[in-house]
Amino acid sequence: MSFAQAVFYALAGVAVVSALLVITRRNPVHSAIWLIITLLSVALLYLQLQAEFIAAVQIILYIGGIMVLFLFVIMLVNLDVALRQEQFNRQWGVAGLAALLLAAELAGVIYLGRGTAALPQAPPGALQPNTELIGSALYQAYMLPFEIASLLLLVAMVGAVVMARRRTS
Amino acid sequence: MVPTWHYLMLSAALLTIGVIGVLTRRNIIIILMSIELILNAVNLNLVAFSRQLADVSGQIFALFVITVAAAEAAVGLGILIAFFRNRDTVNADEIDLLKW
Repeated sequence: MSFAQAVFYALAGVAVVSALLVITRRNPVHSAIWLIITLLSVALLYLQLQAEFIAAVQIILYIGGIMVLFLFVIMLVNLDVALRQEQFNRQWGVAGLAALLLAAELAGVIYLGRGTAALPQAPPGALQPNTELIGSALYQAYMLPFEIASLLLLVAMVGAVVMARRRTS
Repeated sequence: MVPTWHYLMLSAALLTIGVIGVLTRRNIIIILMSIELILNAVNLNLVAFSRQLADVSGQIFALFVITVAAAEAAVGLGILIAFFRNRDTVNADEIDLLKW
């Protein structure tokens, strides 16, 4: 096993185990911290895939932005009652069965199709310099989606403020 | 070199774990975190194919997915706070104001 493969399997194992811990912990703060571990290992996998810019965005935006938002909301919401209640809903058996069927289906399709999509692997350094390529693609070919994304962020900002505002009449 | 379908398998595993979280948990905060897991699985797929095809478009799409995830988290958590203020609960199966 080469070094790259060993790194991949270690990171994949960490990601899957911490993702399982995210959905099984009782306390949402613990879930959030395990989700940070998952996001970090996915960011390291992006690094291995030579997508440095996405890795940096993942760490800055997901871990530094979204997860902090989650932790703030966990602090704002009083969870003492919810901690003592049942954590899984009534249909967890059926839901788990359906999800396992989905997993088997996905794994089967990917395993059977592993040869049909066997395109030649890109040579190392094919997507370099990464940030420059992303920047020029984002501002030339993907200009309109980029502007729409900024509009979406504005709408989300206004929406979040309106939603969380205390109603005063 | 790690073949691309190993990344697809990892992505499928993360997606399934996220789906299980969305379908079985009662706490809305953890459901939102599971949605983040699902979006991350999608991003991993996009970046893996971007690497295989040596095309930067996959990474651009991953960026847009991250943007939408940020917007979704902000609005979702805003709704959660508004709901908690009204009903004093964070359980998804107690959100039944529209049911009669």
